[in-house]
Amino acid sequence: MEALLARLEALLADNSIFTLQTLSYYGEGLVTTVQLVFLSLVIGLVMAVPLAIGRGSRHRWISLPIFLYCYVFRGTPLLVQLYLIYYGVVFVEGIQDTWLWLILEKPFVPALIAFTLNTAAYTTEIFRGAIKATPRGEIEAARAYGMSRGLMLRRIVLPSAFRRALPAYGNEVIFMLHASAIASVVTIMDLTGAARFVYARYYAPFDAFLFVAAIYLCLTFAILYFFRWLERRLLAHLKPAGG
Amino acid sequence: MKIQKILTAGALSAALLAGTAGADVRDIRIGVDVPYEPMEYRTPEGELTGFDIELGNALCAEIGIDCEWVVQGWDGIIPGLMARKYDAIMSSMTINDERREQVLFSDPYFTPPSAWFAPADVEVGTPSEESLEGLTIGVQRGTLQDNYVTDMYGDVADVNRYATADDMVLDMDSGRLDIVFLDYPVGKSTLLESEAGNYKVVGKMITEPKEYFGDGFGIAFRQRDEALAETFNEALAELKANGTYDEIHTKYFGE
Repeated sequence: MEALLARLEALLADNSIFTLQTLSYYGEGLVTTVQLVFLSLVIGLVMAVPLAIGRGSRHRWISLPIFLYCYVFRGTPLLVQLYLIYYGVVFVEGIQDTWLWLILEKPFVPALIAFTLNTAAYTTEIFRGAIKATPRGEIEAARAYGMSRGLMLRRIVLPSAFRRALPAYGNEVIFMLHASAIASVVTIMDLTGAARFVYARYYAPFDAFLFVAAIYLCLTFAILYFFRWLERRLLAHLKPAGG
Repeated sequence: MKIQKILTAGALSAALLAGTAGADVRDIRIGVDVPYEPMEYRTPEGELTGFDIELGNALCAEIGIDCEWVVQGWDGIIPGLMARKYDAIMSSMTINDERREQVLFSDPYFTPPSAWFAPADVEVGTPSEESLEGLTIGVQRGTLQDNYVTDMYGDVADVNRYATADDMVLDMDSGRLDIVFLDYPVGKSTLLESEAGNYKVVGKMITEPKEYFGDGFGIAFRQRDEALAETFNEALAELKANGTYDEIHTKYFGE
């Protein structure tokens, strides 16, 4: 590791912009971006499953609030949601004195909340579509076996809905990665934040942003291949025979 | 009204060396772009005032000439000098190499100060690595204040960077920031004046080192008016020595 750093330093000796210092900003930015996106996607996914089931409920008092939630969060820009959550909470009287302030003071948690609520709304809609598209025959067959609603959901509806939702969900993950670039407006030093810092410091927009664009591209490729692998495994039964 | 010129021997010889036609320095006109508070602006009665104006008048009094202020928009302020609409520019003009190619600058007479501002109820000692350790500092992204804080205290404190001063003030109001480092005039108008009593200045004004805070403002002359520039430099040195400069500085920027 030491030797690697020394070699890197020698390699960068002539470079006025990409020093070890700025590279460490990019490195920390990468960690922050991945944490933020990964956490919001996982929490969003966990929230989306029950919400998607509830969204298709016959009881309006369940489905209507979920519809409204999805409508609001898909109908407003993520940037506006982030501003509202980060700057809005401080106008709640006396919030600074409660335990909530401990987690809301730093920008990470407000951004995580905004991203999670946003991705959960989109994911709910993706899953709802997939659940709705369950072939009637499968449901009838499950009923014929005498399965309860819960068992049918668990064994028949959800597994096949997850498979159908996979390609669309992969898209949502990539969108989320790119949407996370706005985190720097609330002072988070994510990848884009690091790029903006380097840009402002050295007046070098091309270097700073091309470099960060390359990192985003690599991340996107990784996500893309992960989902391709998942699809190959989970959707193997849909492939043409002998293909 | 013409006042009898009083020239120091140095200025006289400099004028002779530079080969100007007259051995004396005549009354001059100075170009200025208003308003740019607190450097140059008008009082409600329409009188020109501000740090530049008062210092300029003091300089002219020291040299012993009459100065007339000519108001000129910023775009045309250097062309106006070349076209002899006035003989000098004293209008918060930052000394830099591009301008040096066109005009002759006096010695810098002022560097815009930056200052630390904190909520009135927060106890912070004079900013140093020890007193700022673990605090959250707010700066505007990409400003010279950002560079200064990042290099000096980036390792011991959290630095939050904002796109606008307004966002920063909002976060200081809410308690997310312990201290901010701002252009003093900006901090004065957004923190000290509009939210009187809630904020205070911590420590001294900061204008050093040069690599962060620049060369400051200079008076611009036409390239060939070397004698005039030299006369102003000497008068400036004299005002700094006899306390007049400090008096004016304190009036506009506090201690």
